[in-house]
Amino acid sequence: MAWCGGRVSAHRVPLVDYLILEGEPHLVAHECLACGARYFDRRNGCAACEGAEFRDVDVATEGELRAFTIVSSAAAGVPVPFVAGVIDCGGTAVRGNVVNIPADPEHVVLGMKVRLTTGSIGTDAAGVEAVGYGFEPAD
Amino acid sequence: MAGNVWIVGIHMTKFGRHPTLDTVDLGTEAIRGALADAGLRMRDVGLLAAGNLMGGGGSFGQRLQKQVGQTGIPVFNVANACATGATALRVAVMAIRAGETEVGLAVGAEKLSGAGLLAGGTRAEEGDRWSREGRYGAVAALDGRVGTETMPGVFAQIGMEYGHRYGGTSFELFARISEKNHAHSTLNPLAAYQKRFTLKQIMNDVMIAYPNTRPMCSANCDGGAAVVVVSDSKLRTLPIEQQRRAVKISASVLTSDPWQDGCQILPDINTLTRAAAEQAYEQAGVDPEDLDLVELHDCFATAELVHYDNLKLCPQGGAVDFFNSGATWRDGTTPVNVSGGLESKGHPIAATGIANVWEVVTHLRGEAGHRQITDARVGLAHVIGLGNACGVHILEKAVA
Repeated sequence: MAWCGGRVSAHRVPLVDYLILEGEPHLVAHECLACGARYFDRRNGCAACEGAEFRDVDVATEGELRAFTIVSSAAAGVPVPFVAGVIDCGGTAVRGNVVNIPADPEHVVLGMKVRLTTGSIGTDAAGVEAVGYGFEPAD
Repeated sequence: MAGNVWIVGIHMTKFGRHPTLDTVDLGTEAIRGALADAGLRMRDVGLLAAGNLMGGGGSFGQRLQKQVGQTGIPVFNVANACATGATALRVAVMAIRAGETEVGLAVGAEKLSGAGLLAGGTRAEEGDRWSREGRYGAVAALDGRVGTETMPGVFAQIGMEYGHRYGGTSFELFARISEKNHAHSTLNPLAAYQKRFTLKQIMNDVMIAYPNTRPMCSANCDGGAAVVVVSDSKLRTLPIEQQRRAVKISASVLTSDPWQDGCQILPDINTLTRAAAEQAYEQAGVDPEDLDLVELHDCFATAELVHYDNLKLCPQGGAVDFFNSGATWRDGTTPVNVSGGLESKGHPIAATGIANVWEVVTHLRGEAGHRQITDARVGLAHVIGLGNACGVHILEKAVA
């Protein structure tokens, strides 16, 4: 995956529904109106309070690395090694790869500051590019 | 509230590669072994709870009955991830507590050798046009692009998160947990692997998902385990020798995870385990310091560390100090995974929950041979299934 910091392309789609590419790329969460719990997937209801109404909220693009692993063995077709992590983005937990950093425990450190970046997943037969996201060191 | 529930028969097959046996063979061997141990027959059993996760069939218990005896009793086929075996036992215990039967049988069997890496979600081959799929509206597979869905990776992050919160963890610390369990397994003839590794060997082995190298991951293997449980009144009808070997189920608890911040992003295996442990100690009237041995779900070395804390074997946040004190070695104050654990005894998913109980029962009966924990009277068996489910059983030696 080429990490290009949200390069604009004529025909492109985000890897997932909760990645917004327009303007400054960012993630959007479904927030429960009743209790404020946040989710990234399509929701039927709130696991925390049983509420059924949600609003979309922007998630902070900067955060802190709360947990990580360096995956060296993965399913066929998944390039390794890569750094998988959990990032605390202003109180919202986000799953994502840590990119633009050597995949070793000397460079990837718990608590490090990271920021959202985007990168190309590839282009389909119609010339449409899919864009994914990751987190790169912020310092 | 009904009376006590007792284990009067229990059996596990050797864990490992069994290329000529299928899950029905393994389940049958486990059931026959448990019934023989109990001195009972299928016609004495009033309920069968059967677990198999990867076999694909929904009628594993009925398939077993065709080999061990079709007596018309109710069969509950259960699946609860890696907590499947414990869930089967839980069902049998519930039935006795409810007065539905006086004799229950729980079994779990799995064929897992050569299964390779167990990932979470997978996606069919992608077409030549991006199309949105699933609850995230993804246009491509997410494993490797948005973090990891593999079990070693998920549990690695869980261990790292603990280290981030409380400090004191390192690659070497996690490797030393694995060193302990492999050392313990050398005394267990039923373990899939009985090889002692040096710390250096463990750290230099193939990296799967940092900080978990291959020997720090649970060993996929084949195996079966079964247990016969009875009510107080049934126990009193059994020969005195059976009564003497009976083990009391002082607590049988199953939990799922309550909502926690971030639990949808990284599974929270902590809250539901702490809840299960608290309920179990309460139910049994036992304190963590009363435990003579613990079999816990070390599906990865990183998981064992967090469960010291979750099972309240140490103060919250104190798992690193607890391990460093030597407490969890077989000569320590709270021996953990003297069987070798999932890392070396092996992890045939649906059998694991009952196999953990088997290990504790065998020590409480004083029948554990070279690896016997001297004068063991109380033990705890724990399993967790991602998704999540957690089973905790507290077992006590009969006083008869």
